Amino acid sequence: MNIMTEAGVEQKLSSGTNAPSIKMKGEKVSVHYGEKRALFDVDIDVRENQVTALIGPSGCGKSTFLRCLNRMNDTIDIARVSGKITLDGEDVYDPKIDVVELRARVGMVFQKPNPFPKSIYENVAYGPRIHGLARSKAELDGIVESSLKKAGLFNEVKDRLLESGTGLSGGQQQRLCIARAIAVSPEVILMDEPCSALDPIATARVEELIDELRQNYTIVIVTHSMQQAARVSQRTAMFHLGYLVEEGATDKMFTNPDDKRTQDYITGRFG
Amino acid sequence: MVGYLVVLLLGLAAAAYWIGRTRAIASVNGDVARLHSLPGQHGMFLALFAAGPALLAIVLWSLVTPSIESSIIADRFSSELSGMGVPQVEAFIRDARAMAFGGLVGFADPTKEAAAALYKSVHATSSWIIWTVALVLSASGFYWAYSRIAQAYRARHVVERILRAFLIACSVVAILTTIGIVLSLIFESLRFFQQVPFYKFLFGTHWSPQSAFTGAGAEARAVNEDIFGMVPLFAGTLLITFIAMLVAAPIGLMAAIYLSDYASKSVRAVAKPVLEILAGIPTVVYGFFAALTVAPYFRGIGESLGLNVASESALAAGVVMGIMIIPFVSSLSDDVINAVPQSLRDGSAGLGATKSETIRKVVLPAALPGIVSAMLLAVSRAIGETMIVVMAAGLAANLTANPLEAVTTVTVQIVTLLVGDQEFDSAKTLAAFALGLVLFCITLSLNIVALRVVQKYREQYD
Repeated sequence: MNIMTEAGVEQKLSSGTNAPSIKMKGEKVSVHYGEKRALFDVDIDVRENQVTALIGPSGCGKSTFLRCLNRMNDTIDIARVSGKITLDGEDVYDPKIDVVELRARVGMVFQKPNPFPKSIYENVAYGPRIHGLARSKAELDGIVESSLKKAGLFNEVKDRLLESGTGLSGGQQQRLCIARAIAVSPEVILMDEPCSALDPIATARVEELIDELRQNYTIVIVTHSMQQAARVSQRTAMFHLGYLVEEGATDKMFTNPDDKRTQDYITGRFG
Repeated sequence: MVGYLVVLLLGLAAAAYWIGRTRAIASVNGDVARLHSLPGQHGMFLALFAAGPALLAIVLWSLVTPSIESSIIADRFSSELSGMGVPQVEAFIRDARAMAFGGLVGFADPTKEAAAALYKSVHATSSWIIWTVALVLSASGFYWAYSRIAQAYRARHVVERILRAFLIACSVVAILTTIGIVLSLIFESLRFFQQVPFYKFLFGTHWSPQSAFTGAGAEARAVNEDIFGMVPLFAGTLLITFIAMLVAAPIGLMAAIYLSDYASKSVRAVAKPVLEILAGIPTVVYGFFAALTVAPYFRGIGESLGLNVASESALAAGVVMGIMIIPFVSSLSDDVINAVPQSLRDGSAGLGATKSETIRKVVLPAALPGIVSAMLLAVSRAIGETMIVVMAAGLAANLTANPLEAVTTVTVQIVTLLVGDQEFDSAKTLAAFALGLVLFCITLSLNIVALRVVQKYREQYD
C-alpha cells in the first residue's frame, strides 16, 4: 500500500496544491528516423485543462514530439521512439496498450484541414460510429450536434449537415476537423499547426475556440506563430535542433526566458 | 523507279541543309549572333522547301495513280469488258497489272497481253510526269527559299509553322483512320440489315449462320432471317464477362489494397511487377491454359459432385479470363487508392480507427469513382477478349445462364464467320460487321461512362 507509482505520487502531490494535475508526461523521449536522430531526451509535462504550446524553428522536432503523444509515428515505418510517455500514469508505449483506444483518448487535429469526402454529419459521426459510442440514431444526432456546437460550427452548417464536408471554407473545414476530434470525447487534443493554412479571421475563430475547449480538454498545440503561442497557451515549450531548450509558464517564457536561444527566437533574432 | 526519286530528293534535302546553313553564315560574314534565326534553322528551311513539296507530290501521285491507270485500261478495253460483271473486270485488271509488273497471274490470254502492254506504257508515262513535276517543284522550291535567306529572315518561324502542320497531319491520320473504321463498320452493317431485319438480329434468340442458305440452285441466295438472332451471343458474352469479373474484381481489388496500404516497400517493389507480368502473358497462352488445364479440372470436380460439366464450359473460360484481367484491375485500383491523400488516412487514424476501418470507411469511398472506372475498363477488356473463349468456351450458341454449359461470345463468332471466306457480300459474313458494330457501341459506351465517372469525381479531394 505504501508503494505508489511515480505518476500517482505526482497526481497526489499536484492535487494537494492548486496547480493543475499532470495529464501527460514525457520522460527522456527520443525519436530516430532510420539513422537520423530527430529528438534528444525530451522531458515535458502536459497539464490538465491547460494549453501547452510547442514552439521552435522548422525541423526542431516539435511536430515529432506531438506525434509521439498519440503514437501517430507508428504509421511511419522507419520511426523508432524510446523513452517513456505516460497518460494518467500509464505508459502509452506499453505493449499492452491498445493504440486504437489511446488515439480515441488523445485526438489529433492536423496542419491542413482534412475532412473526409463525406457529408458534414458523417464526418463528425465517423469517430462515434467506429467506437460504438452511440446506442441509437438519436444519441448519435445528439453527439454530432453537441460536437459541432463545441467547435462553434453548428450555426453555420445546421441547415446543410448532409452536404459534403469538403465544400466548406478552409476555416470551417478546420473547425469541422476539431468537431470530428471532439466527437469521440478525447481527454487530450493534439493540434499540429492548426491555423497555418487559414486566413487571419479564421485563425482568430480557431484560437477563440481553443481557449473555450480548454475548460473540458487538455490541449497541446504546435505553432510557428509566436503571437499565437502567447495568446492561447498557458505553458510553452521551446524546441531547437531536436532538444527541448526550455519549458515553463507562457508569461514567463515570453517576458523573461531563462535561455538565450528562447529569447533570440521569440524576439525574432533567428528561426 | 520512283523509289530512286525519293532517295534523290532526300539527298537533295541534305545538300540543301548545308547550302542553306553556309549561305546564312556567309550572309553575315560568319558573325552568327547577328542572324535572326540559327544557321541550322536556315538550313532546315531550305531543305524543307527543296524536298517537301516534291515529296508531297509523290505521296499524292502514289495515292491516285493506280486508280487512274486502271480506269484508262478499262476505258481502252471497254468493248472487251462490256459483257463482264464487276468481279471479272477487277480480275482482268489485276491480271493485266500482274503481267506488266510481275506477280501471280490467274490465266493469260491475248487481250490481257495487250492490256498489260498498255499498262506498262501508261505507267512509264505517269512515272516521267512525276519525275518532271518533282524535279521542277524541288528546283523552284530551292530557288525561292535560297533567295529568301538573309540576315533578318525569320526562318525559325517558318520552320516552326511547317513542323506544326506536319504534327497536325499525323494526328489527323490517326483520327481519320478511326473514323474510317467506324464508317466501314456502319456501312457494312447497313448492307447486312438490308438482308436481315434489324429487330430480328437484335432480339432473335437463334444463332446458326452457317446454315444461312435454305435452298439450293436458284434459291441459294435466299436468306433465312430467323437464324441471325444475336441474343445467345450476347448472353454468352455477358455470362463469361460476369464470371470473369466475379474472379477479377475481388481478387484485383484486394491485391490493390494490400499493395497500397499493407505491403512494406520491399514487398511492393517485388509484388507489383510480378503481378503485372500476368498482363504480359499472351492471351493465347491463357487460352490453352484454360482449355487444357482448367476446363478438365472443372469437369473432374463436377463429375465427383455428380454434375454434368461440358468440357468447354463458360466457367473455365470465365475464370481464366478473370485471372487475365486481375493485373488490369489491381494496377488501376492501386493507382487510384494511392492517389487518396495520406492526410485522410492520418485523420482517420488520429480518431482511433484501425487500418481496416480506415480503408473500408475512408479510403475506399474516396477512391470509389476511380475503382468503378477501373472495373468498367476491365469489363470492356473482357468483352472484347477472343482467344481464351475460342479455345475454352466453344462455339455452340446456347442461350443459357448455366456456367457449366458451353456458350459462345460475339468475338468468337466474328472470327468463325470470317475465317476461310473471301467474299464479303453474303448475309453470313456481313453479320460479322453487325456484331462488330454492336460490340464497338458497347465497349465505347462503357469507356465513356468510365471516363465520365473519373472526371466527375476527380476533384473531390485535392
